[in-house]
Amino acid sequence: MLRILIIEDDAGASAYMAKGLSELGHVADQAADGEQGLELAQSSSYDVLIVDRMLPKRDGLSVIETLRQTGNHTPVLILSALGQVDDRVKGLKAGGDDYLPKPYAFTELQARVEALARRPKSGGDLETTYKVGDLVLDRLAHSCRRGDTDIPLQPREFKLLEYLMQHAGRVVTRTMLLENVWEYHFDPQTNVIDVHISRLRGKIDKGFATQLLHTIRGAGYTIREPSN
Amino acid sequence: MNRLTRVTRTTAFKLSALYISVFTLISAFLLAYIYQNTNQLMSAQVTQTVDAEISGLADEYVRGGVRALVESIDRRARRPDASLYLLTDFAGNAIAGNIARLPSIILDETDGGIRRVQYARLEADGEVERQALVRIFELRGGFKLLVGRDLGDEQHFAELLGGAMRLWLVVIVIMSAVTWLFVSRRVMKRIDGIAETSRRIMHGDLSGRLPVAGNQDEFDRLATNLNDMLERIELLMRGMKDVTDNIAHDLKTPLTRMRSQVETALSEGKTEADLRAALDTTLHETDSLIRIFDALLRIARIEAMAPESGMEPVNISRLIESVAELYSPLLEDEGGALTVDADPDVRAICNGDLVTQTLVNLVENALKYGRLENEPLRLVMACHVDGDRVCVSVTDNGPGIPKSQQDRVKARFVRLDESRSEPGYGLGLSLVNAVARLHGGQLLLQDAGPGLTAQMDFKLAPVEENNEAEDSGNEGEAERS
Repeated sequence: MLRILIIEDDAGASAYMAKGLSELGHVADQAADGEQGLELAQSSSYDVLIVDRMLPKRDGLSVIETLRQTGNHTPVLILSALGQVDDRVKGLKAGGDDYLPKPYAFTELQARVEALARRPKSGGDLETTYKVGDLVLDRLAHSCRRGDTDIPLQPREFKLLEYLMQHAGRVVTRTMLLENVWEYHFDPQTNVIDVHISRLRGKIDKGFATQLLHTIRGAGYTIREPSN
Repeated sequence: MNRLTRVTRTTAFKLSALYISVFTLISAFLLAYIYQNTNQLMSAQVTQTVDAEISGLADEYVRGGVRALVESIDRRARRPDASLYLLTDFAGNAIAGNIARLPSIILDETDGGIRRVQYARLEADGEVERQALVRIFELRGGFKLLVGRDLGDEQHFAELLGGAMRLWLVVIVIMSAVTWLFVSRRVMKRIDGIAETSRRIMHGDLSGRLPVAGNQDEFDRLATNLNDMLERIELLMRGMKDVTDNIAHDLKTPLTRMRSQVETALSEGKTEADLRAALDTTLHETDSLIRIFDALLRIARIEAMAPESGMEPVNISRLIESVAELYSPLLEDEGGALTVDADPDVRAICNGDLVTQTLVNLVENALKYGRLENEPLRLVMACHVDGDRVCVSVTDNGPGIPKSQQDRVKARFVRLDESRSEPGYGLGLSLVNAVARLHGGQLLLQDAGPGLTAQMDFKLAPVEENNEAEDSGNEGEAERS
């Protein structure tokens, strides 16, 4: 369960998010303007803040900047109707952790919120090895093993698997993969990510009894422990 | 009167007046200086002559006494263009010389200074009042010797010079006035021309352009710059108009379709499955509408960008390799291939994000339309340095685009009939073209026989230390194994 604060002036959009998130078992508070949002964010502790960029009374970026200046490092997901690369850069510079242009699919929002909540606290080191089932990724040795089998990975495949395993058990969307593994910010019209995933699957899942890398229809992918 | 004030208020007139007065002042000063110097030089010459004569006569007196002196004076006085001489005894009576009358006090001043005096000269036809420079020298025995030089010639010369100078001054003033009036009239005419044309353009004729005389002067440069500005404004206006037209047409079509689907579902949908299916279609339609909208906004935004924004040296070879790395598995899975033919580490001045976006667009375009039936897609992404430009191209082996259509496909929403069956909105190449134009070039489509080459070029970055951080591209740390 995550405690989430939604700062968004569009009541409809806000309620839609809150409802969706609580159906997933999270607790979502709502604030309708920048001042109220800042107050709530400062007075209680949240796992993730969802902040709209354009807010009445106090701009979304200013809310984030103020929080960061007062030492509050709660992960922030910025929502914005401005989807251009430079707007994104501005948002991240102000202290945002992720940027989602409107309109968005709810699965995308969910995946990003959950990914943010699981992010290691700033400054903290990431784990050096990831383990899902019998799949082990050693980030220091840059090696990958499943059971007793060494799996040779291309650098990009390694990065892809690393990102998936970092968010093991959670859904990551194609856009998240493109942004975090390839550092591209666009919406591909082709199934380019699927091809990379299927190659990776061919290496880590093919020939093994249990499948670890799953496709979540309409959302993205997840890597998780076999559930038996 | 009105006309006069209009003329006097122009910058050209004020400038002319200023120039004429400054020029006149300088000329007058210069002429006065010349006059003064000439005069001084003449006086110096006279003084020298007089001194030489006095010392010669004094020698004469020492050697031969008064008699020799008088003889010498008489002899000298008879020569043409003679100097002035006067020898007096201790009582002041004239003994010899060619001077008829002098102000008497002059002879008392025997301090050896040279001075200007009025005198009367003995000539063949009587006495003539003249001016002279004289010096008086006292000899032993109370005799006084005066030697001088008539100033008639010098004065005449000075008068001539003065007259010439005055005339010269008048000519200068008139000439400069005429020149300046001519120049300013010309200048005013051209400025008025520019003002007139710009007024016409302001009244709505955006296609109007200022006249360029073609002589590369500052007015031409001004007119050319203004014309470029107008060009850009017109382009932006047209872009704006295109966008609104497009929104009206190409966004309304899917909206209408969506509406009718919803309507049909409402009136005819009986089961939940029917309604679900209708909603599903609607959702997809919405997504594509959003995509079209984003693409249109992005193109409009790129077209409105200042040319320098976000431009920096970018390792364009690496950008290409990185895009190729993303897409090559997709092609390989179909039996095709994506090869990179790039000079290593070519750095170009460009906006890395936008260039990546265009490369992706070109590759996705090729994936969608660049395929022949029964033949796997083979793509080549090339990057070569050509002089101070970097040529970047994507070549496929597909059906290509007919020459007649090559310009048309760069416009928004233009899709060739052959590709109507494929998903897409006809905005990909428009975006590429907008980016190419932002970088001072344009998208070049060429027949690759068979296939299509899409090429754009960028400015080569000047060579500098290679250790500069590669932070501009999307490819933060390229991990090429």
